[in-house]
Amino acid sequence: MMKIGFFSFTCCEGCTVMFIELLNKKFFEYASKVDIQNIRVLRSNETIGSLDIAFVEGAISTQSEVKKLKEIREKSQMVVALGSGAANGYPSNQRNSFDETRKKEIAPLVKKLHQLDEISPISKFVKVDDQINGCPVSEDELAVKMEGYLKKFS
Amino acid sequence: MHDEEFELEIKNVSKIEGHTHLDVKARNGKVSSCKLKISENKRFFTTAIKGAKYSMVPVTMSRICGTCSSAHVLCATEAVENAFGVKPSEQTFVLRNLLMYASQLRDHAMHLYFFCLPDLFNKDSVLDFNEQELGWVKDGFDLKAAGNLLATVIGGRPIHPHFPLIGGFSKIPEKAALENAKKQLIAVRPKILKIINLFYNDKSTFKRKTNYVALVNNDFNYLKGVIKTAKGTLINEENYGDHLQKVVLPYSTALGVEFESKEYMVGSLARMNLNKESLNKNTLRDAKKYLSEFPSDCIFRNNLAQAIEMLHDLDASLELLDYDFKKEAPVEVKVRAGTGVGVVEAPRGTLYYHIEFDSSGIVKNASICIPTQQNIIHLEKDVASYVEQMLAKKMSKTRIGHEVEKMIRAYDPCMSCATHFLRINWI
Ligand code: SF4
Repeated sequence: MMKIGFFSFTCCEGCTVMFIELLNKKFFEYASKVDIQNIRVLRSNETIGSLDIAFVEGAISTQSEVKKLKEIREKSQMVVALGSGAANGYPSNQRNSFDETRKKEIAPLVKKLHQLDEISPISKFVKVDDQINGCPVSEDELAVKMEGYLKKFS
Repeated sequence: MHDEEFELEIKNVSKIEGHTHLDVKARNGKVSSCKLKISENKRFFTTAIKGAKYSMVPVTMSRICGTCSSAHVLCATEAVENAFGVKPSEQTFVLRNLLMYASQLRDHAMHLYFFCLPDLFNKDSVLDFNEQELGWVKDGFDLKAAGNLLATVIGGRPIHPHFPLIGGFSKIPEKAALENAKKQLIAVRPKILKIINLFYNDKSTFKRKTNYVALVNNDFNYLKGVIKTAKGTLINEENYGDHLQKVVLPYSTALGVEFESKEYMVGSLARMNLNKESLNKNTLRDAKKYLSEFPSDCIFRNNLAQAIEMLHDLDASLELLDYDFKKEAPVEVKVRAGTGVGVVEAPRGTLYYHIEFDSSGIVKNASICIPTQQNIIHLEKDVASYVEQMLAKKMSKTRIGHEVEKMIRAYDPCMSCATHFLRINWI
């Protein structure tokens, strides 16, 4: 069984939802091949065990996200950036390019919420083995990628 | 009697949209604090949109939430159109309604089958279901697939749909695609009746009197109407700002909202309580027995209300799919300085947009108010008194934790939405 987990950082969770849309067709096929250990929208398991693939969705905006991301990296053979948020920071990184007035406007909240100065893609902090782009990722591309991963890990 | 401290902490509540923690503290059976700490990170959307061109508003705001992106797109679009006096065609309205029904169907199916169903079967996850229970999971996927297909035919894709534009649609669906969507919908209809019955038989109860607010009309569509409250007040869409107040929750990354300084509830239960007579006639016929539950003061009945809405979404879509769609270009937009309000019924309740433009169609200010913000104060109060009831019955901490999570899920909160924005920019 290929052990996978889904982890969501600063984003809209649309990419994980796209994976669950893929399950509309693939659930029963994957049932015997894929062990989904972490996926917060479907199960409560918070412990990260050793994974074959960690799918990471969303950009990184706080130090605690950095810490969790590094833990995920340590425990996974492969880290996949799922969607543009994780892959290049969009759309959460919009605030990186705010002008001075808007930066000032949000400064108190950025501080209060312990956000980092910049919003970054996950590759700034960990090695990324593969990425699936799009906002959201397309269901078809996700299906093709999953097939490739299944060959690799079974 | 209960001379003891009680503390309940649920980290990262699962099977809801987005990230949140819950902290409850009680002493001698009385809850002294109950906080839903939304930990989702703010993404400053209403600031990001300032200075953007009007046409970028719906696409940008869509990214607030994956699950209910269609509602954000269409609500933002309505606000832009109202600001510029754009009047879209009847066909556009039909397509938008279809997109809303499709998204609602998908979204409620996700919530009922994948978030709530495990509670009814005492399992943590549908991923742990046994052979017999898996039939339900299959139904859930089939329903989601039918909604997904319709949303894709109309909107281009199920999440962040890109066919809807200001003034119309970039693509009008082909007959064959519509027929196919219709076939799939007809095939899954019996499954909805099954899940309605399942939630009807769920005996979880927590009743309290409160105010309900929803956009109502005479065909239970989610896009047009007047805002109605359980107290009988009727408010025109553009005047909503006079009645809602935002409340800062210091321990959370989200704000709460009150209606005329009192908590209230929005969502399926509110819509069912205020407007069930306007459901599609086929829904009224086949869900008659279940509809007698409404109006209801029981929060757990929000699940039953969603299940009935899925039937309505499907029945209303089947009727609209017979519309004679023609090629049609979007209505031309003439920009002008002004303010526009958009109000729609998103899956989780009333969503408001308020956007101000300068004379060249650039956003000067934007504020939005989302369903979860409106329900959050209520949710905290209900959790507090539910915990007190259970402490009085001497229930175990594990049971109480489980029941509380069930209650949070019945509210169907969406944390991605609750934390999108920055300022109390209230009109
Ligand atoms: S990349 Fe886009 S669709 Fe995916 S989670 Fe982020 S905002 Fe949502």
